[in-house]
Amino acid sequence: MTATITGLGIVAPNGVGTEAYWPAVLTGRSGLSRLPEGHAVRVGGVVPGDAITGVPGRIAVQTDRWTQLALRGSALALSDAGLDPGELGPFDLGVVTAASSGGNEFGQREIQKLWAQGPDHVGAYQSIAWFYAATTGQVSIRHQAKGPCGVLVSEQAAGLDALGQARRVLRDDTPVVISGGTEAPLSPYALLCQSGNGSVSAGTDPASAYLPFDRRAAGYVPGEGGAMIVLERAGHARRRGARRYADLAGYAASFDPPPDSARPPALTAAIRGALRDAGLGPADIDVVFADGAGTPAADRAEAQAIAAVFGAGEVPVTVPKTLTGRLYAGGASLDVATAALAIHHDLIPPTAGVTDVDPGYPIDLVRDLPRFGSVQCALVIARGAGGFNAAVVLTAPAG
Amino acid sequence: MSTGRRVALTGIGVVAPGGIGTKAFWKLITDGRTATRAISLFDATGFRSRIAAECDFDPVEAGITGADRLDRVAQFAVAAAAEALTDSGLDTGALDPARIGSVVGSAVGCTTRLEDNYRLVSDDGRDWIVDPARAVPFLYDYLAPSSLAREIAWLTGAEGPAAVVSTGCTSGLDAVAHAARLIAEGSADVVVGGAAEAPISPISVACFDAIKATSANNDDPQHASRPFDDRRDGFVLGEGSAFFVLEEATAAERRGAHIYAEFGGYAGRGNAFHMTGLRPDGREMSEAIDVALRRAGLTGEDVGYVNAHGSGTRQNDRHETAAVKRSLGSHAYRVPMSSIKSMVGHSLGAIGAIELAACALALEHQVVPPTANLEVADPECDLDYVPRTARDQHVDVVLSVGSGFGGFQSAVLLTRPGVTR
Repeated sequence: MTATITGLGIVAPNGVGTEAYWPAVLTGRSGLSRLPEGHAVRVGGVVPGDAITGVPGRIAVQTDRWTQLALRGSALALSDAGLDPGELGPFDLGVVTAASSGGNEFGQREIQKLWAQGPDHVGAYQSIAWFYAATTGQVSIRHQAKGPCGVLVSEQAAGLDALGQARRVLRDDTPVVISGGTEAPLSPYALLCQSGNGSVSAGTDPASAYLPFDRRAAGYVPGEGGAMIVLERAGHARRRGARRYADLAGYAASFDPPPDSARPPALTAAIRGALRDAGLGPADIDVVFADGAGTPAADRAEAQAIAAVFGAGEVPVTVPKTLTGRLYAGGASLDVATAALAIHHDLIPPTAGVTDVDPGYPIDLVRDLPRFGSVQCALVIARGAGGFNAAVVLTAPAG
Repeated sequence: MSTGRRVALTGIGVVAPGGIGTKAFWKLITDGRTATRAISLFDATGFRSRIAAECDFDPVEAGITGADRLDRVAQFAVAAAAEALTDSGLDTGALDPARIGSVVGSAVGCTTRLEDNYRLVSDDGRDWIVDPARAVPFLYDYLAPSSLAREIAWLTGAEGPAAVVSTGCTSGLDAVAHAARLIAEGSADVVVGGAAEAPISPISVACFDAIKATSANNDDPQHASRPFDDRRDGFVLGEGSAFFVLEEATAAERRGAHIYAEFGGYAGRGNAFHMTGLRPDGREMSEAIDVALRRAGLTGEDVGYVNAHGSGTRQNDRHETAAVKRSLGSHAYRVPMSSIKSMVGHSLGAIGAIELAACALALEHQVVPPTANLEVADPECDLDYVPRTARDQHVDVVLSVGSGFGGFQSAVLLTRPGVTR
């Protein structure tokens, strides 16, 4: 069974919909901006306010922005895939999303009501809007998806873990899964919680606040949005004549030992595991979409892991997420969507903004301009705070 | 999953209301005692539902280090996982860390500390723009519940796949199933997997108040959780954790491990109907049961005990009664089916794992726990719900079902070691 990507629903700070996002990535148009005064983080990747369309009022009142972004993304992805769920069997569509911090703004508003006004002021929708499963539930209802439904939480790695799980669902008995993930972490309390995690940038200039692998790297910028992805059995896609962006050929996950351990990080195990799962070797990979955590320690560890597997400077590496910030549950999903587009269009998008790559990092970082040439296989790396590692291999559609 | 490697449950750890540890838990539920009581974890004056099933949990006694850093839910998880590891007799230090996985189910994560700290930084909800000067460390651990899987990985020394599974009230079943899947497909040889929840905090109690999902039987908390009883008035919120050591079965057999049960099969479905509502026909849960049975190579007739979701809401009890009848046919009337939520409450994402602990122990002891407080049956719930008293019962196969906000429907089968296949 081959799992293939047939639909992309991109909701990114620098573009909603592939038609807006892809040119932005190629030309280096950033979605980062200054956040309002008073917030604990000063720069963020903000999805434009008018981007969430197609969510009816009765759904909007019972959902957080995080879920609304996913509803928009799911509709885009299904339409992109040319798929009408009504034409599938009753249990033939599943939903597996990544989640990280849940319905932040909705939750803050309801907790505020509780403490400022009292228990009977908490609204009826808190119980279904804040929790981490809200997005999968709402997407399932919206598109009548009665197949297996899941939610995985592993910080920034969750987008890849969700796709790995979606592939399991395809392997079992379900032909199509809506996967991917989104995040909306820019409300006041959520930003405060992130600001002390030791990895978020204190920078105030959107042009320099997030520069992974750069000598000036000093943390990352959080952003909202992500991508929803239609993953489908290749045979099913072929029978209905669907366009395939790329196949999900390999996936693996690992976890780092504790910070005080003498053992090395486990990222190389995830990368090698994904290659093995895909039946490919390092030389087969045309581009690596790096995690790009943006702190010197994490950048060094990732650069060393990439060099250990591929050889120093042997594979082009890119981090398009400098234009969006790190989107947590939405981040790796967006990277996969971007990698799928890279394969589809045979070009590697650049890492915008990074000008002074730390010479100690043995990697070939694609900067400034897209690199043209055949892209048959891409590796996507995602690392979640605490020690989560995941890697996915995408290949040009086969068979 | 039937084509993958077999998976054995070799260790169990439980933190439950009414007693800490697997032994205390099993005694409580086979005695048919209830651990529901007036809320003591915070002042619940002014709330509609003021009752819950609380754990008498002392982190020091439980050997938890770093309790200042860990939310109550993480403390539960670490305590239950540590008990499961000890119980399994597995020397994890002798294994390749890359082959050990960590899976934690939780519906609402570290909500207690998130709320407590929000009160601090917002001046009790007065300020929308919060005050960084009053922020404590570790806030990010509470915001991102993936920190729970990290704690289990660190406890175990695991470097294999790690994740939190968060599918609302089916998180516990789905997490253990995910753990089993990692072994069956060969991604890990051992997984420490389970679920935890500590939701007895003002915002969680208030959010269920708002939709009248919880029981307001505040004058008689011990009898407030009444699944399948005609006088029920909602579920009673609970807390706790259960963890398992899951191992590739032939390796467990080779090392002479005690095997409580084998993981038989799993399936999940969405009802795509309503975030909190259930269709009365139980069709999607029934589909999950049918597919789980098929994957386990079993039929409905093989099921010797059904561990019900049995939350004690009218729509749930009727929904799952319909689902079990739909899948098991006339056998549904012969098979005992009980809800331990009558005794330990509904701990949201944790309860599915706690219920699987009850299922594994039912296979071990050949005893099925009762549904406490079931005195006057709902006429539309006409199966054998094992009222009030535990029963000696020959059981080779147990079915545990769960249902949750968001439409999640899950079914897990555990089998007695060596019985099937």
